[in-house]
Amino acid sequence: MAVIDHDAELARAGANVRGWAGGIFFFVRRYPLGAVGAVLMAMFVATAVFADQISAFDPFTTNARVSLAPPGGEHVLGADFMGRDVFARIVYGARISLAVGVGATALGCIIGVLIGLMSGFFGGWFDLIVQRLMDIMQSLPLLVMALVMAASLGPSLTNTIIAIAIPLVPNVARIIRSNTLSLREMPFVEAARAIGMSETRIAIVHVLPNTLAPLIVLATAQLGSAILVESALAFLGLGVPEPHPSWGRMLSESAAEYVRTAPWLVIFPGVAISAVVFGTNLFGDAIRDILDPRQRL
Amino acid sequence: MSLQAASPSNSAEQATATSRVLEVEDLQTYFYTRSGLVKAVDGVSFSLARGATLAIVGESGCGKSVTALSLMRLVADPPGRIIGGRVRLEGVDLLRLDEAAMRDIRGNQISMVFQEPMTSLNPVMTIGRQISEALILHQRMSNKAALNRAIEMLQLVGIPEPKQRAKEYPHQLSGGMRQRAMIAMALACNPRVLIADEPTSALDVTIQAQILELIAKLQRELGTAVILITHDLGVVAETAERVIVMYAGRKVEEAAVGELFARPLHPYTRGLMNSIPRLALMRREAGQQRLQEIPGIVPALSNLPQACTFAPRCAFADDMCRGQFPPYQEKRPDHWAACWHSERIAEKVNG
Repeated sequence: MAVIDHDAELARAGANVRGWAGGIFFFVRRYPLGAVGAVLMAMFVATAVFADQISAFDPFTTNARVSLAPPGGEHVLGADFMGRDVFARIVYGARISLAVGVGATALGCIIGVLIGLMSGFFGGWFDLIVQRLMDIMQSLPLLVMALVMAASLGPSLTNTIIAIAIPLVPNVARIIRSNTLSLREMPFVEAARAIGMSETRIAIVHVLPNTLAPLIVLATAQLGSAILVESALAFLGLGVPEPHPSWGRMLSESAAEYVRTAPWLVIFPGVAISAVVFGTNLFGDAIRDILDPRQRL
Repeated sequence: MSLQAASPSNSAEQATATSRVLEVEDLQTYFYTRSGLVKAVDGVSFSLARGATLAIVGESGCGKSVTALSLMRLVADPPGRIIGGRVRLEGVDLLRLDEAAMRDIRGNQISMVFQEPMTSLNPVMTIGRQISEALILHQRMSNKAALNRAIEMLQLVGIPEPKQRAKEYPHQLSGGMRQRAMIAMALACNPRVLIADEPTSALDVTIQAQILELIAKLQRELGTAVILITHDLGVVAETAERVIVMYAGRKVEEAAVGELFARPLHPYTRGLMNSIPRLALMRREAGQQRLQEIPGIVPALSNLPQACTFAPRCAFADDMCRGQFPPYQEKRPDHWAACWHSERIAEKVNG
């Protein structure tokens, strides 16, 4: 029989985790990839918040003398053809990405949760009609749908958020609805009725909190795609308008003309997009593992 | 005591002149299903004295749980519908109230403990919060006051370290603890009537006794009347004062508990009693005597004959039984039964 080291097993299970520092240490040990994702996301958020402190240059100031300056020297990541500092634009671009990513995901989740909850809990004709609408929306890919929305709404930060949020709604509504359908048959819902709760209150107090775990998993996954779609929209000229620095538009401005002569104009925004999307996906996977009830001990 | 003081004084208080807290008359709950009309509760009447315990017994599917849900007006519609009768709680006919008024009654004046303590509590809400809900709803308490009361209730139902437990989630509690928490939740507003629908069926035997004892103790302290729904005659004998035996949606026998056990007048009641395992029976030398069962199964309620519904399973059945449903009559003082042959059955028990 194998010798079992109880201390090692307990440590693996996280039995001696104390305090928030211990919790973080345990998370890093248990989900190293998730930790990488968390670090990437933390860097992303910090960059967006402290953009003013991080960047020495103003992202809007043009300077013809340093047009297409290569990386190194005064401009760490080089400068674009108008002589704007690439590093500054990436740093400030994080704000746009974060605003659109979080804004669109939050808006999409709020609408999706409302629709899914009403649809699943109250059912009836509302459910029927709304779910067919969701079917129609889901038949189009996220990007195509967002493209149509953005094109019809016109370019602005708010419109970009709306254009990305609306196509996210069906996914959220679906998940919440299916969870609600099983939750509303649970005995604790009946018990809540038996203490005199109204149906609306039951839906909000008892059903909604039980759908939060899958919602968090979905939201982190959607965050990555929202950021990606924002870049794609900007790349196609339908995102946040000039002069706001958006990673996607930085790519599109430079891709055709300068990809051979000044590749840093394409590489660095591309790396920024990839890193953030990669980070949210890694973090989302770890969250999913943690919140998966089958793995919770 | 403080618990009683906390109950709201409402107009129903004036109805205390009557000794009956709950009167059910000719309750009929039908289910409209694909396989036809199911008369799950068909003309059940009973009354419940203040602070008393009434047991409703019968096999699975005899309509006892639907009776309970009908009293709470919680029968799922569709397919179920309460189509007739009166349920008077403190003189107020619950079946005539609108839904909002009924919500004020539920959990406040009449509440229910369910069979499954494992799933009857919301897994993502703390115990304290769940007990608070009823208080916040009915007594307009602040969250903090309600939580303090919830902790008092947890203490009352015998949960150790109630302050600590109130912050815990259902999965951190054992089955017995959870049922105690359910009872605390049901009794938080000090209702007049507590319906306990097989409160101990999902618990192991040692915990069963504790829970029943707890219900009896709280009943004495709070003056709550209890309707105990069960299929366990042992439980009935220990706790109830009065017993109703239900079969196929109808009441077939009713008596005080002592009288019923001493002199069952309906063959179904007799069958139920004979199917209780007895130690003496098992110890018998030969050890071969088989535990008696009631042959057959409960008939499908969707297609009941005009005849006595128990006739197909009854050893006493004759042509009269197969022809007409027996009237529900007072066969002995305060002992009612619906059987053509109750005299013969009584003799057989005594003989």
